[in-house]
Amino acid sequence: MARMRAWTLAGALLPALALVACSSGNAVNKQTSTTAAGGSGKYGYKIAVVTHGAAGDAFWSIVKAGVQKGASDMGDNVSYESDGDPQKQAQLIDAAVNQKVDGLVVSMANPDALKGSIQRAISAGIPVITINSGQDKSKEFGALTHVGSNETLAGTAVGNQLKAAGVKNVVCVIHEAGNVALEQRCAAVKAALGGTTTNLQVDNNNLPAAGSTIKAKLQADKAVDGVVTLGGQVATVAAQAITDAGSPAKLATFDLNADVAKAVQSGKILFAVDQQPYLQGYLPVVMLTLYKANLNVLGGGQPVLTGPTLVTKDNAAQIEKLAAAGTR
Amino acid sequence: MSGIAVAGDERLARVGLFRRLLVKPELGSLIGAVVIFVLFASLSDVFRSKEGVANWLDPASTLGIMAVAVALLMIGGHFDLSAGVQVATAGITSGILTTYYGMNTWLALAVSLALVLGVGFLNGYLVMRTGLPSFIITLGMFLMLQGLNLGVTKLVTNTVQVNNFDKVSGYGALHAVLASTFTIAGTPFQIAILWWILVTIAGSYLLLKTRFGNWIFAVGGDRSASTNVGVPVRRTTITLFMLTSLAAWFIGNTQIVRLTSIQAQTGIGQELIYIVAAVIGGCLLTGGYGSAIGASLGALIFGMTSQGIVYAGWDADWFKFFLGAMLLLAVLANQFVRRYAETSRR
Repeated sequence: MARMRAWTLAGALLPALALVACSSGNAVNKQTSTTAAGGSGKYGYKIAVVTHGAAGDAFWSIVKAGVQKGASDMGDNVSYESDGDPQKQAQLIDAAVNQKVDGLVVSMANPDALKGSIQRAISAGIPVITINSGQDKSKEFGALTHVGSNETLAGTAVGNQLKAAGVKNVVCVIHEAGNVALEQRCAAVKAALGGTTTNLQVDNNNLPAAGSTIKAKLQADKAVDGVVTLGGQVATVAAQAITDAGSPAKLATFDLNADVAKAVQSGKILFAVDQQPYLQGYLPVVMLTLYKANLNVLGGGQPVLTGPTLVTKDNAAQIEKLAAAGTR
Repeated sequence: MSGIAVAGDERLARVGLFRRLLVKPELGSLIGAVVIFVLFASLSDVFRSKEGVANWLDPASTLGIMAVAVALLMIGGHFDLSAGVQVATAGITSGILTTYYGMNTWLALAVSLALVLGVGFLNGYLVMRTGLPSFIITLGMFLMLQGLNLGVTKLVTNTVQVNNFDKVSGYGALHAVLASTFTIAGTPFQIAILWWILVTIAGSYLLLKTRFGNWIFAVGGDRSASTNVGVPVRRTTITLFMLTSLAAWFIGNTQIVRLTSIQAQTGIGQELIYIVAAVIGGCLLTGGYGSAIGASLGALIFGMTSQGIVYAGWDADWFKFFLGAMLLLAVLANQFVRRYAETSRR
């Protein structure tokens, strides 16, 4: 028991010690000022955002940041919920409809599973905007409009850029098995490049091992002169793998984070293509607010494209700061 | 003087060398490792080159360190489903305390160690106190830490990763210890491989040559019998959970040092892979049987298979199927060898 008490004491002392030690120059990530500008409207609409994005996913955390900024700028009362399981996502939508929200924002990774719920919302008089995926079915289901990026368009941009850089043999690294969007990206890269594209599966939750797998591929196939990653976190380990394998391969990536922006500046990554997830969260909140207040509909309900935009050496320095703040 | 003949005591019967080898828990995995090495080495010459070996030893090493700790825990009769996310918890804690709160690097490492050891203690304490299966207790811990990792990371960083760890003071020394490479015949090998070997030896020694090792087998074999003969069941179990946390701390910090950043979702799903490696290495799911070397060999099999599939140029879409089939085969072979060994012992 005496020993137990000693441990408790140590446990109590540690935080105190920790506070004493907090003054070194280690705080390299400490943000100086994040007070973002922006209005604060007083619309006060109740809007529900229901996505399929997994919690902890880099992309969806930026979408969520956009949603929250949109809500505070408009002065709306916005909830954000997500579930990767289509049936549970449908239940979340039903719950929002029951609460009689003023507007609904839905990402449709699996449109057919959500069809019933979305149509229930529309017949209850709730305007719906679809985001990110499900563009083909958006109009059919009766949504106001769709805000998203087109995977094929983005993949084509990457393929064309790589082709212009003289790349002929690409490895496309898929970090989530069975994700349709990732397969579409690789397929579009392949079509635009015209050369050889092979897909490689890696584990997103064990990045060092993912790096080893990419390195193995580069060692096994010396003809590879390009690597495309589909997420920012994978791009960082891919850059290291290319160096370690002594491969001349050029690296391009979909999606962004601060490390990717840094690597683009140093030339380790040729370019990154960003579909600006922030806009996919921010815009629908604004659009729904304007629809409720003023019956505005953008572009006659045509899909609003948020990307692709290219992050190259020219603009990477500015974007690095924004990525670190979680808005790019 | 009624002489009772004791000549036929089967416990004293001499057992041949071959059979004695067969009953070793790690033998099945050793055979599996050799088979898988030969398979991929014959399919790809890069796989058997120095660069190739360095490559597949790398994922095997970090997995192996975890697998040895998890194997000890499994021999002691318990699971830790939170082992994978504890890796992230350790890395994220070190990263946030230094790069956001400016804490001294070594102190941050100590705090993150104290934190995960606390998690391990809590796991063990709750399992002992409630008598609930460790599967349930650590499943709860797994979900809680998963949420905590993400919630805290988002709260502090606004993103889902902690980065810039290479800018903290003492990074050079940390890198040398945890993430540098050593060169054999012109090929760089990750230093984690040396740590892996060291941990395997230490784990094996602990298990086979110390009193604590005997306690582990006893507790995993029969808990109430252990209590009756005076084995400190509670202390042994809690220590085993804390050892797993210690390994997670080591791997988590290795990862943040190596990648200079760590993602909030790191380690989710890896807990099952640790268990798989331990089981391939001969650990029984019911406890009381297994080996540290076997767990390391299980990790080796996993590393060789995951990289070998790439070297062999097999279609990536089928990757998980191949992996699963390989693992299943390894476990079946293991089971077969042990059954044979146990029946032939009589």
